Amino acid sequence: MADDKKVAVLGVGMHPWGKWGRNFVEYGLTAARAALADAGLAWRDIQFVSGADTIRNGYPGFVAGATFAQALGWTGARVASSYAACASGATAVAAARAQILAGLCDVALVVGADTTPKGFFTPVGGDRKDDPDWLRFHLLGATNPTYFALYARRRMELFGATEQDFAAVKVKNARHGLANPNARYRAEVTVEEVLASPMVADPLRLLEICATSDGGAALVLTSTDFARRHAGGSGFVTIPAVSTVTPRFPQTVIEMPNFATDSAVAADGGIGPGFKRSIAHAAYEEAGISPEDVDVAEVYDLSSALELDWYEDIGLCKEGEAERLLRDGDTAVGGRIPVNPSGGLSCFGEAIPAQAIAQVCELVWQLRGQADGRQVEGARVGVTANQGLFGHGSSVVVTK
Amino acid sequence: MAPTKSAIPAIDGWFTTEGSPTLLGSRCRTCGTYAFPRETYFCRNPECDGMEFEEVPLSRRGKIWSYTDARYQPPPPYRAAEPYVAFCIAAVELTAEKMVVMGQVVPGVGVDDLSIGTEVELVTDVLYEDDDHEYLVWKWRPLASGDLTGDAHG
Repeated sequence: MADDKKVAVLGVGMHPWGKWGRNFVEYGLTAARAALADAGLAWRDIQFVSGADTIRNGYPGFVAGATFAQALGWTGARVASSYAACASGATAVAAARAQILAGLCDVALVVGADTTPKGFFTPVGGDRKDDPDWLRFHLLGATNPTYFALYARRRMELFGATEQDFAAVKVKNARHGLANPNARYRAEVTVEEVLASPMVADPLRLLEICATSDGGAALVLTSTDFARRHAGGSGFVTIPAVSTVTPRFPQTVIEMPNFATDSAVAADGGIGPGFKRSIAHAAYEEAGISPEDVDVAEVYDLSSALELDWYEDIGLCKEGEAERLLRDGDTAVGGRIPVNPSGGLSCFGEAIPAQAIAQVCELVWQLRGQADGRQVEGARVGVTANQGLFGHGSSVVVTK
Repeated sequence: MAPTKSAIPAIDGWFTTEGSPTLLGSRCRTCGTYAFPRETYFCRNPECDGMEFEEVPLSRRGKIWSYTDARYQPPPPYRAAEPYVAFCIAAVELTAEKMVVMGQVVPGVGVDDLSIGTEVELVTDVLYEDDDHEYLVWKWRPLASGDLTGDAHG
């Protein structure tokens, strides 16, 4: 693994997920202070603040980096703010990592936090007939679960996935999240209870679709030289790769918030393996590893069915084999390749700009052996995977 | 007798309403790539520098790529009728254009009536109405077997 691509993760911190109804800045600050304390560093030590934006909390959310910097107390630190929908957190990590690898700073703070409304995510207000995200609600009544359900139905048709499989993903993740102090939902659930929950977008039921949550997550990233000086012989977790890839034309799978796929009529070179497949593989390539090296994964289970797609897309198994992996217990903690030991979105709900950062927090705790009650024994390599609408890939490799 | 409301598209220029309605897409004059809604500036094919497009009607018929329904009333800016009635949404593969286009499925069709591969055709239907107008949108209608034998043009 190329050392010159690595940054150290010295500190991680979160504000518990929930529906707290407070200002998002409070969650970000709590997470930032926890990450600084975890790193043994002070706010004054931070040279670069990388904020992940929220678009539902007014102007302060659009300039999240500066908002958090002001709330922590202006120190003159340099700042950037990133928006990439669900992938915003990974984009903020990528911005901080690039600053460190370029030698422009040694110590950076990455923060994302959100306060969310109840119910379906809706487009930003106003009459906006040139915005596909507004139009898909207006003309089709297509919510986010609409798209998740289209993919779930494809899995049933192509690979024989069953409603029981989708429910079993929820049961697994609920069990994982039981001991996680930052998870919003901490209760066991049975397959029968999942299948008795109301249908939202056939074949997906209420308990199989992630909620929207408040929460905050933060990382302190440093150069490996700085980490060696600061942490001494105690060792530290590193990030050797961050993938923020976009799709390749023609994108033949319908994606939020689009009305149509690309047309493939002019695709002389044929159609590639697809966007979701490219996301983690770009990170593996950058890190110089392969899927077989991965010990633990945090993937974006916006729906329980979508988690199964990710098993294949991040290379844990071949296409069509995800159900077998699940049924064999391979992806449960204690299994061959645990997925979402944190409990995933299933137990957290989605706090958009914090979520990709929270995935990294979990992997850092896992690799340090600090994931009480959900520890993947001996984990040395972890990967996150996530996708933001409008074509944002997000995958982070974390290694010990 | 009260004057009947006039029916107008809920969005201009995305589909025709007369006769057999069609979606209006674009086709790049350089590489032939289709787009829906219409592309007007730059071709999306990264190998193509095309900036000229012709407006083209898209195939009226296709096969369902996947489908679902909306059991809960979608939030605004969707304007749901009251009381709310669930509807299906289908993503439909168009063979000639090599693309998939989403649309609501006509009222009265449930998920149990659909399957992947079901043949559908484009119609227009009322999306919502106000005091002055009915606002139309495109919808997919499953073809009964009679339709398939009765019309060879598609």
